[in-house]
Amino acid sequence: MKYLSEFRDVKLVKKLLARLHEVTTRPWSIMEVCGGQTHGLVRHGILDLLPEKITMIHGPGCPVCVTPAHLIDQAIELTLEHDVILCSFGDMLRVPGSEMSLLSARAKGADIRILYSPLEAVRIAQENPDKQVVFFAVGFETTAPANALSVVQAKKAGVKNYTLLCAHVLVPPAIETIMQDEETRVDGFLAAGHVCTVMGTDEYEPVVARYKVPIVVTGFEPVDLLEGILMTVEQLENGVFRLENQYKRVVARQGNAPAVELLRDVFDIRDRQWRGVGTIPKSGLFLRGKYADFDASVRFGLSDEHPPETTECLSGDVMKGKIKPPECPHFGKGCTPEHPLGAPMVSGEGACAAYYNYAFEQ
Amino acid sequence: MCLAIPGKIISISETADEINRPAKVSFSGIQQDVNLCFVPEADVGDYVLVHVGVALNKVDEEQAMETLHYLSKIGELDEFNTESDNNPEP
Ligand code: SF4
Repeated sequence: MKYLSEFRDVKLVKKLLARLHEVTTRPWSIMEVCGGQTHGLVRHGILDLLPEKITMIHGPGCPVCVTPAHLIDQAIELTLEHDVILCSFGDMLRVPGSEMSLLSARAKGADIRILYSPLEAVRIAQENPDKQVVFFAVGFETTAPANALSVVQAKKAGVKNYTLLCAHVLVPPAIETIMQDEETRVDGFLAAGHVCTVMGTDEYEPVVARYKVPIVVTGFEPVDLLEGILMTVEQLENGVFRLENQYKRVVARQGNAPAVELLRDVFDIRDRQWRGVGTIPKSGLFLRGKYADFDASVRFGLSDEHPPETTECLSGDVMKGKIKPPECPHFGKGCTPEHPLGAPMVSGEGACAAYYNYAFEQ
Repeated sequence: MCLAIPGKIISISETADEINRPAKVSFSGIQQDVNLCFVPEADVGDYVLVHVGVALNKVDEEQAMETLHYLSKIGELDEFNTESDNNPEP
């Protein structure tokens, strides 16, 4: 298919790899921020083909993995105690909350529906006027515009039984948190191409300047990933740090203006807890006061207080690049996709699932 | 979860407004409903990058070609010197 197959071309992949081996003279650690990129690297076997001196660190880039257990508990509370129709992306279903997952709640009779798009949830609300419909709004900047759109569409259509349970997270504050962690050593970043499709690239300039790290906005196909890595390594080998854009075919410097405008109108930015990482200042999107009628935590009086996370899962260390998934003592033993201990083993883009499904089997 | 894929716009509904611009977009022949409200300039035949039912941007075909062209040139000089099996002539 056009604009996919060309960027999977084996000849180009080989050329890029050869070039990468040629230019790499010193050890470098590069973090890919986005879970989609992690899966691309593992699935296409790219990790095994990179020069030995290059270590890829799999960042926190999976919104499902960083959704705190207490939000999953709240979603379950809504379905079991408030009898709502809970709509969610499929990835969330098997992620463990503090007691159970949405899937187990569904086995107990909860009405939980898996949707492809939040816009379908508005239609479900219209079709079920005597029920409350809640969309579990998980996602990075990539997904937030569609979720915002569902609210604005519901408002315009006068839909009164539709709300969002907001779990949106933002990428730049997470990169800053990683750079501030003294135990983490990241020499350069591949920024998530689809996040930047929406937000543009400017918000990474201050990070590049402050931490003196190269950041290369990168796509998801094998050719994209390798070119992004090569661009990062070339900067590192030359002792420079810049913001570069490998993914120009869909990422413009200014991002998507109508989408950014809508995000500003619907959401404001507040502190947000990340599962396995802790609270990151100004890292979450929440509904603005003028959209309070569409906020599930307001409508159902959900409390924001929750016990501290207790878990054997080492997802925080995995996401900060301190350990690789197979180094977790539970990997493939106490923790498998069928019986996950933590979110990175469940989500389609979690680093642990990526290693388990592709690397571990071989 | 942030998966977004390019598809080709097949048709755009007449009933568009600021927050809803319904279109049919084809992904390798499979058609889906996509809201084009964030890409007001996109037209039938254009490729758009789609995520959870919403187009996030047009795919800039010129940029795509430029990237591919540039990449196809990587290492060309070395190959010219070291490899002869690229040449189909006997
Ligand atoms: S293998 Fe399981 S327990 Fe270990 S970090 Fe990954 S998800 Fe958590």
